[in-house]
Amino acid sequence: MDKKYIVSPNPHIHANVSTTSIMRDVIIALCPAIVVSVLAYGWAELLVLAVSVLSCVLLEWAVTRWMMKRPSTVGDLSAVVTGLLLAMNLPSAIPLWIVFIGAFVAICVAKLPFGGIGQNVFNPAITGRVFLLVSFPAQMTNWNPTPGFVSLPDAISGATPLSALKEALKSGSTIPQFMETNGYDLASFLWDAGASAGEISAGALLLGFVYLLVRRVVKPWIPIAVLGTMAIISAIFHGVNPEVYTGVQFNLLTGGAMLGALFMATDYVTSPMSTLGGVIYGVGIGAIAMMIRYFGSYPEGMSFAILLMNCCVPLLNMWFHQKKYGRA
Amino acid sequence: MTQTFIWTVAILTVLGLLLALILFWVARKFKVEEDPRIDEVEKVMPGANCGGCGFAGCRAFADAAVKAPNLDNQYCPVGGDEVMQKVASILGFTVAAKAPQVAVVRCNGTCEARPRTNEYDGAKSCRVKAALYSGDTGCAFGCLGCGDCVAACQFGALSMDPATGLPVVDEDKCTACGACTKACPKHIIELRLKGPRGMREFVSCMNKDKGPAAKKACANACIGCGLCAKTCTHDAITVTDNVAYIDFNKCKLCRECEAVCPTGAIHGVNFPKELDKEAVKKRIADRKAKAAEAAKAAEEKKEVANG
Amino acid sequence: MGKLTFSMGGVHPHDSKFSRECAIEELPLPQTVYVSMAQHLGAPAKPLVAPGDKVVVGQVIAEPGGFISAFVHSPVSGTVKAVAPRKDLAGNSVMHVEIAVEGDEWDPAIDRSPELVTAIPDDKAAILDKIKAAGVVGLGGATFPTHVKLCPPPGKVAECLILNGAECEPFLTSDFRIMVERPKEIVVGAALMQKVLGGCPCVIGIEENKPEAIASMRAAVAELGYPNMQVQVLRKRYPQGGEKQLIDAVMRRQVKSGGLPIDVGAVVQNVATSLAVYEAVQKNKPLITNVLTITGDQLPVSRQHNYLFRIGIPLSYIVEQAGGIPDSAAKLISGGPMMGKAISNLDATTVKGSSSVLFLSEAATRRQPETKCIRCGKCADACPMGLEPFLLNRLYKAGDLDALEQNAAQDCIECGCCLYSCPAHISLLDYIRQAKGQVMGVIRARAAAAKAAAEAAKAAAEAK
Repeated sequence: MDKKYIVSPNPHIHANVSTTSIMRDVIIALCPAIVVSVLAYGWAELLVLAVSVLSCVLLEWAVTRWMMKRPSTVGDLSAVVTGLLLAMNLPSAIPLWIVFIGAFVAICVAKLPFGGIGQNVFNPAITGRVFLLVSFPAQMTNWNPTPGFVSLPDAISGATPLSALKEALKSGSTIPQFMETNGYDLASFLWDAGASAGEISAGALLLGFVYLLVRRVVKPWIPIAVLGTMAIISAIFHGVNPEVYTGVQFNLLTGGAMLGALFMATDYVTSPMSTLGGVIYGVGIGAIAMMIRYFGSYPEGMSFAILLMNCCVPLLNMWFHQKKYGRA
Repeated sequence: MTQTFIWTVAILTVLGLLLALILFWVARKFKVEEDPRIDEVEKVMPGANCGGCGFAGCRAFADAAVKAPNLDNQYCPVGGDEVMQKVASILGFTVAAKAPQVAVVRCNGTCEARPRTNEYDGAKSCRVKAALYSGDTGCAFGCLGCGDCVAACQFGALSMDPATGLPVVDEDKCTACGACTKACPKHIIELRLKGPRGMREFVSCMNKDKGPAAKKACANACIGCGLCAKTCTHDAITVTDNVAYIDFNKCKLCRECEAVCPTGAIHGVNFPKELDKEAVKKRIADRKAKAAEAAKAAEEKKEVANG
Repeated sequence: MGKLTFSMGGVHPHDSKFSRECAIEELPLPQTVYVSMAQHLGAPAKPLVAPGDKVVVGQVIAEPGGFISAFVHSPVSGTVKAVAPRKDLAGNSVMHVEIAVEGDEWDPAIDRSPELVTAIPDDKAAILDKIKAAGVVGLGGATFPTHVKLCPPPGKVAECLILNGAECEPFLTSDFRIMVERPKEIVVGAALMQKVLGGCPCVIGIEENKPEAIASMRAAVAELGYPNMQVQVLRKRYPQGGEKQLIDAVMRRQVKSGGLPIDVGAVVQNVATSLAVYEAVQKNKPLITNVLTITGDQLPVSRQHNYLFRIGIPLSYIVEQAGGIPDSAAKLISGGPMMGKAISNLDATTVKGSSSVLFLSEAATRRQPETKCIRCGKCADACPMGLEPFLLNRLYKAGDLDALEQNAAQDCIECGCCLYSCPAHISLLDYIRQAKGQVMGVIRARAAAAKAAAEAAKAAAEAK
């Protein structure tokens, strides 16, 4: 044989998936929600997205290149996904330098020191978001809408439904009163829930998630566990005292519930590998998020819930394994 | 206020004393009696915990040494004689001196000498490659070049030479722990006597194929012709399965084998002077001529005596 | 019953059965054949001929070298030139008998007429003897001697004979062609094996992507009317044809780790093996031919073939007959793309279990550079044994043999699903295969030590 043929162990073909193709699918899945948010918040939102993505990519490139002296992993698009998710958690009116700080924390604190993609314990985008929330509470809760390309039917007040509710409850009003005075039409939440890019349209997020399911990028168990737990807990509490506790629909469609359950909790690296582990992880997130919403001082608890459950992932991976053939 | 203060201090003090007493009691009760010599021996060990001695680490070696009736079955290849003498003096044993050894790569199938016949595309591991097939050259016995030995070496003494595709031993760093010899699936690396001032002779080939096949696969192969064994005056060389082997305990470093080897498969390293092949060949020829003459003379004598 | 499949893991590669329309052609004889002595699982056969001996087609030229071993017969008539080592597919030396072909003279005992013999002999032992004497081995890949598999150990009863017509590997069509062209022989072979196993039911499992084979096999089963035999359609999913997966799919039972199929009452045989059994028992023809597919991802269909070949023909000769190696080929594989072996030596010869020569292009087969594990769990989802390849890979690198055993590295069937589906292109199977070997070594050493200890105790007890 003159030509040198390739020799390798089996298998000799590959499914043609790569880390890059998976990340590309996630980006495509996020597109509907991004489009809706840009339409709603205009140039300001676009700038936040651009700054976040660019900062994440540049920081990852610079750190891997000059500090870690290893081949850059920017090509796998994971930094782009982190940047998008971070931006979707921020208000559109936020100063851009704060966006950069968030990107810095996500990439240079939560991701790369642990060894980069595949090694981080905490979801980088959420870590960045929580850091900003704690450090810059004023800017992070400034929900004054920036002018959008289309005017949305629902007038958006200066606060997210969840924080407005928290304020209302503090001043002594009850849920039905709040719903009346603020004119929140529950049915419209599907397309207009106010607040940040990632929270504005549960419908667009769901559409993207269906794409991920069809492409077999993720499995539905974690989101079902998260949203199911939230639904059950809110159903029980709302059933007991509808004056103080919000209902199922409100909880599932407001705040970061959808974005968190569909896109953040399903992050490969920071979620358990086995199905059962994933369900427990999801139940944990749902329960913690609801506890913070009902009893905590923050209006929203999704980010904290995911970060807390991220800590448990190594344990869940150790305890729960796949069912093996012939070892019932 | 003052009372709270006093109470706090008092409770903490009592608590501290109580816990100290418990700790003291536990330490006494559960004290493990250990031979103090284990610590002493461990102190003189190199502390590399490489496992080259066959024990899990230096402390395990020390533990075994203290318990053993003698040190015949134990040797620290990293520390060598120096360490073994120290260990022996602590434990009151005597050990015979053992000459230092070094890892030797017995393959010279460089990229030039040994053309590639196919392209390996699997995991970069010699073990995986060896389990799959005979390798990406015509030689089924030579170095696979994936560097399992380099990964096994804890002392940084091995590195792959990108020009030849073969591992290179840094003799100063090699401690002869033997990890590489175990890692190599083709058993190419051997621990050999380091030799006086590092001088040593070895056959740098493991190819057991018959001469023509070996030669076709690799220009530097030992073809099993046996010239070296015939030349050797110290009975140090054997040829089995078409490949020569030099017994390093018998070799006197005369370099005659190296001079007669037709393929250059025998290597001499660290000799101060370059080998003058022609001179050595002449020397061998002269010796053989003399021997023939002597034999002839003896025969004549015999004939005369018989006649 | 609907379509069945196994319960966990599996992947869905494109089936690429491009050569499905190519009818079986008989390959002309070369001038020389080289018959390998290691064509089966177990001990190599011992040659019975010496250089200069004249042989005819079907004559025994080697006898079994152990309990798990098989007879080897001459595939051609002519003169033995040499009995010498020669390099096999992987370049390792194996004893071969070299025969110079002279004419095509068959052993007169072999019935070469095309007539179908449907009567099943009554004597089970005689059937088994004929299968053994004909050197029949499993042709599904493992080449395990068939007569050993058809003799359940004492206390074990075969409850179901599963005939494997899944052919789940992409590209391969040899089993498909014999099911289409020779369904009746296969059915008779199955009936013979049923007889040997004491009349247990027989299920012929065929994947849904082979409707012609399902139709022809159903027609043959109906026409011949043997009792307790049916064709079962299986879903298309790799590795459906794996022994353990097929038992799971058909019988809903799982073989315990380290156990044999017979432990759950199953005996699995390939359809090609069934054909060989038919020829051995009804026609006295030993296993000297098989069907092999020549195919590839860039090969025009006009150059694809299904050849009936004699064992011992060098692959280079077959490739030449098929028009040479196509320029687009970057890798040559013997077997399917998932579990086949890459050919590093085209001078190697065909053996009983050869099923294809597959030409894959650079784009289809070149491995991508390894990147970091992103813990997506796709390998665990794909593993048909329910293992966690990412974990086994990590444990192997750490050298933790105990943990590897706990996590069932030894259960790996080397199907390749993990590496196939890994988005980070990590060489999972390469390492897990090593881990499996090491763990098996530990298990074997432990079993040997336990046996020795038991014997020593017994001896000590007797001494008292």
